[in-house]
Amino acid sequence: MAAYLIRRLMVSVLILLGVSFITFFLLYALPADPVRQIAGRSATAQTVENIRQQLGLDQPLLVQYWRYLTGLVQGDLGRSYLQRTEVGTLIAARLPASLLLMAGAIGCELVLGLTMGVIAALRRGTATDQTLMIASFVGVSAPQFVVGLLLLYVFAVQLGWFPIGGYGTWAHLVLPSVTLGIMGSGWYSRMMRSSMVDVLRADYIRTARAKGLARRRVILRHALPNAILPVIAMIGIDIGIFMGGIVVVESVFGWPGIGQLAWQAIQRVDIPIIMGVTLVSACAIVIGNLLADLVTPLIDPRIKLR
Amino acid sequence: MSDTSGTQPVRALLPVTGPRPKGVWARLMRRKLALFGLGLIVAVVAGAILAPWLTPYDPNEQRFEGLTLTGAPLPPNADFLLGTDLLGRDLLTRILYGARTSLIIGVVANGIALVIGTVIGVTAGYFRGFYGAVLMRFTDLMMAFPALLLAICLAAIFQPSLWIVAMVIAIVNWVQTARVLYTETTSLAEREFIAAEKTLGAGHARILIRHILPHLVPTIIVWGTLGISTTVLLEATLSFLGIGVQPPTPSWGNIIFENQTYFQAAPWLVFFPGAAILILALSFNLLGDALRDVLDPTQRGRD
Repeated sequence: MAAYLIRRLMVSVLILLGVSFITFFLLYALPADPVRQIAGRSATAQTVENIRQQLGLDQPLLVQYWRYLTGLVQGDLGRSYLQRTEVGTLIAARLPASLLLMAGAIGCELVLGLTMGVIAALRRGTATDQTLMIASFVGVSAPQFVVGLLLLYVFAVQLGWFPIGGYGTWAHLVLPSVTLGIMGSGWYSRMMRSSMVDVLRADYIRTARAKGLARRRVILRHALPNAILPVIAMIGIDIGIFMGGIVVVESVFGWPGIGQLAWQAIQRVDIPIIMGVTLVSACAIVIGNLLADLVTPLIDPRIKLR
Repeated sequence: MSDTSGTQPVRALLPVTGPRPKGVWARLMRRKLALFGLGLIVAVVAGAILAPWLTPYDPNEQRFEGLTLTGAPLPPNADFLLGTDLLGRDLLTRILYGARTSLIIGVVANGIALVIGTVIGVTAGYFRGFYGAVLMRFTDLMMAFPALLLAICLAAIFQPSLWIVAMVIAIVNWVQTARVLYTETTSLAEREFIAAEKTLGAGHARILIRHILPHLVPTIIVWGTLGISTTVLLEATLSFLGIGVQPPTPSWGNIIFENQTYFQAAPWLVFFPGAAILILALSFNLLGDALRDVLDPTQRGRD
C-alpha cells in the first residue's frame, strides 16, 4: 500500500510537471503579446522593452520555464502581469468560493442522482424507470450554460426565489450548484441504478428476504449500503469534470471563483494567472483520481492496488 | 463476412436455448429510445441539408420588419416562427443553418479524435513496452488537463474558425477512446489467435489491421457515437464563450453568446438554440447507449 502510494505520488508529480511544461509553451505561443497589454496602446517602444526586461520575457523560453519551475517548487506561482498581485494570493482568495460551489454540486448530484437511481432500480422495467432514465439522459446532454441561463430566467427573473447572480448567502449557492451538478446527477443516477440492480440480484439479498426480513429493511440495510459504495468512489473523478464546468457556471452566475479568475485572465492574456489556475486544476484532478483509486479497494476488497 | 461460415458449425453444437440471436440492426430497432434518438438525428440532418428550402430567409439577412419600432427582437409569430434576434434575423433560419455547424464539427472533430485515440490506444496496447508506456503516460497527462481550460487556451491561440475549433476539440477529446481501446487491445493481444498469427509469420501491420481492429469495431462505434454528443456540447460551450465558431457564421452556441445580454427580455433567443443543442446531444447519447447494450455481449440481458 505504502509502496503503491509513493509510486502514484511520484507519477502524479511527473504528470503535473508535464502539464506545466505543455501549458507554459502553449501560452507563450499565444499570438497576443502580454507586454503590449500591460504597457497600453500609447506606450513607446522603449517602455515596452523595459517592461519586457522587467518581466524577464526577453529571456529564452527554456530559461523562463526554468525560472518558473524554481519558483514553483518554493510555492511561488509568480505575479499577475496586470494586477501586480501574487498569483498564489489571487487563487487562494478565489478558491473557497469554487470549493463551496463544487461541494454544492456534489450535494446536488448525490441527492438527485442517487434518489433517481434507487427509485429506477426498485421500479425496474416500469414507466417510472423509463421516465427517470430519460431524465438522466437529458441531464447528461444539457449544456451547462443553457441550464444556467434557464434556471436564472425561471427561478430568479420570473419567480424571484433566488438572486440573479453573485455570492454571499445560501440562496446564491442554489442555482449555480444545481447547474454544475445536473450533468453529474445524470451519470450518478445511471450508475446507481445499475449498481442497485446488480445488488438486488445478489444471493445475500435473497437470503435476507428468505429469512423473512421486511422489504423496507432489506433495501435500506442490505442493498443500499452495498450499492452506494461504488458510486461514491466516483466523486473523485467528478472533481476533474467540475474544473471545466466552473469556468462556464461561474461566468453565467458571476460567481467569484477560480473559474472566473481564469476566464478573465485568458481574455487579458494574463499568463501567470492562467498557468496558476491550470496547475491548481490539474492538481485537483490528479488528487481526485488518486482518491478514487485509493477508495476502490476499501469498498471492494477483491480489488488489489498494484 | 467470411468469418461467419467458420463459426457456423460451432454454433450448431451449442444447445439451442430460445430464439436465434438476431442481427445488431434488428436488436437496435427493438429499442424505442434508440429509434427515438435515430429519428431526431435524421430530423436534424435533414433540417441542416434542406435549410435553404425550409425557410424563406437568409441566415445573415437583417430584416427591417424583424424588429419592433423601438428596435427590439420579435417573439415567435406567424412570420418568424421562432422569433427574431437582436439584429432582426430570423431565429429559425439561424438555428437550421447552425445545425450544419454543429454536425460538421460533431463529425469532423469526433472523427479526428477517434483516429488519434484509436491509433494511440491500439498501438500502445499491442506493442506495450517502452513505446506503449510513453504513449499511455502521455494519455494520463492529457487526462490531468482541465479539458475546457485547455480548449479555451488553444482556441485563444489560434484564431478560431470552424476547422480550428474542430481541431481543438479533437485534441481534447481523443483521450477516453485511447484508454478504452488500450485496455481492450492488451487483452486481445494475449489471445491464442494472435499468437497463432504470429507463428504463421504475419507482420504487425497485418495482425493489427486484419485481426485486432475488427474486434474493436463495436467499441469504436459506441465511443464514436457517444463522442459526437460530447463534441456538440463542447463546441456549443466554446462558441457560447465567444471563442468558438465566430459570428456571422451561425452556431447554436454563438447565437446564445450574441443574445445573452438580452435574455431576460427575449428568453426565446436562449431557449430555442439551447433546446437544439440538447436535442442533438441527447439523440447521440440515446443511440450510443443503445448501441453499447446491443454490441457489448457482457451488457446483454442487463435491462
